[in-house]
Amino acid sequence: MSELSVEHLLGIKYLKPNDIDVIFKTADHFKEVINRPIKKVPSLRDITIANLFFENSTRTKLSFELAEKRLSADVINFSANQSSVKKGETLIDTVNNILAMKVDIVVMRHGNVGAGVFLSKHVNAKIINAGDGTHEHPTQALLDSYSIREKLGTVKGKKIVIIGDVLHSRVALSNIFALQLQGAEVKVCGPTTLIPKYISSLGVQVETDLKKALEWCDVANVLRVQHERMDIKYFPSTREYTQLFGINQEILDNLGKKIVIMHPGPINRGVEITSDVADSNDSIILNQVENGVAVRMAVIYLLAQQIKR
Amino acid sequence: MSRKTLLNSKDIEIILHRLACELIENHNDFSNTVLIGLQPRGSYLAQRLAELLKKEYHIKNLELGLLDITFYRDDFRRKDTPLAAETSEMNFLIEDKKVVIIDDVLFSGRSIRAALSAIQSYGRPKNIELLVLIDRRFSRHLPIQPNYKGRQVDAINEERVLVTWKETHKKDAVFIELA
Repeated sequence: MSELSVEHLLGIKYLKPNDIDVIFKTADHFKEVINRPIKKVPSLRDITIANLFFENSTRTKLSFELAEKRLSADVINFSANQSSVKKGETLIDTVNNILAMKVDIVVMRHGNVGAGVFLSKHVNAKIINAGDGTHEHPTQALLDSYSIREKLGTVKGKKIVIIGDVLHSRVALSNIFALQLQGAEVKVCGPTTLIPKYISSLGVQVETDLKKALEWCDVANVLRVQHERMDIKYFPSTREYTQLFGINQEILDNLGKKIVIMHPGPINRGVEITSDVADSNDSIILNQVENGVAVRMAVIYLLAQQIKR
Repeated sequence: MSRKTLLNSKDIEIILHRLACELIENHNDFSNTVLIGLQPRGSYLAQRLAELLKKEYHIKNLELGLLDITFYRDDFRRKDTPLAAETSEMNFLIEDKKVVIIDDVLFSGRSIRAALSAIQSYGRPKNIELLVLIDRRFSRHLPIQPNYKGRQVDAINEERVLVTWKETHKKDAVFIELA
């Protein structure tokens, strides 16, 4: 099977294990492509893609745009803070106006949970969710798993701990779905105020002791503390958070084994992770960024393949 | 379905030796030449020729690449079945090199058109030649001709030319099938 079972990429929870296989195999080919002197293939010459970012983004937006351009698609970019959204236009109107310019695929980041699902029911285009509120960020989870697979050979059977602000993290939720779909074991670790109550219903164990969590795992995926989403105080101070849940080289040296360190970025250096850990050989943070382009090329290519001429 | 053998393993062996000699005639010691087999089916022929050149004709330092052309094809979104890619193994650049593209059957010429585009991602070659085992000369869609050919076949369009290799199908042979 070399086709996706879904028509849009709205979230990992809609995918089947074979979908992840297909995406990763295709991404392998694109990873070779983006390491050539000329990093571009002509497959999507007749496809137009709109990147709609209703929330701020740096690396996801750049990564998608680069992936689209390396597939030879035409790309238009849209940021909410410089658009008619401020004038009161609804989401469907905004998108339909953009689609009237003959757009085939919409990549959207939106602050509201389920914005992608909503859009897929009302407009005639392929939708790729680039993050919807605190819900899902499927391409990030795919590139995280892809990077684990690249580093450790497989995701199946590996133990992954997601550390930090799980409550506000779409990366955490998508990662949990993706890792479980591939047969990995997942734990979360962080202040109890930042662990959602539903987490046990996903089959995920909670570990509040950072040292125990690190001793258990093969991979630690460290999340950013999302100050901008915190409407109330979830922990007393950043300093206290760092003392209890911050990762530094000393903790890792005392583990007696090597673990892989990941971070979806942007990093708050010195808060959830120290610079020496983030820049160490055990960290695959920059591999994640490189793989992001290959994985997004794969997702876009596979969805574009379904578009009827 | 009827099937007729066009070439048996002895025929193919003779042809491979002749093609190897023709390549040596034009490329001497292959110091500035690379062979590129098109994935998936051209790779068997390319690997076999490379092996022959090294073992029987003592060519050292022969560079062989395997190139997948899926992302350069002109029938993306025009088929019911998805186009699935194969691995490319190109461990060298082709800037200023002489390139020999190798494929098993030359039919419409569209794969070769795609290969010509794909190859440019690895640099600007000095020149490009084409080697095929079977040239179906009456079925071309594009003005593309081989420089080296094993056998020319005047098969009609409904007929299928099938090449099998001992690595995958236990014996070297070329068949013509009429569905």
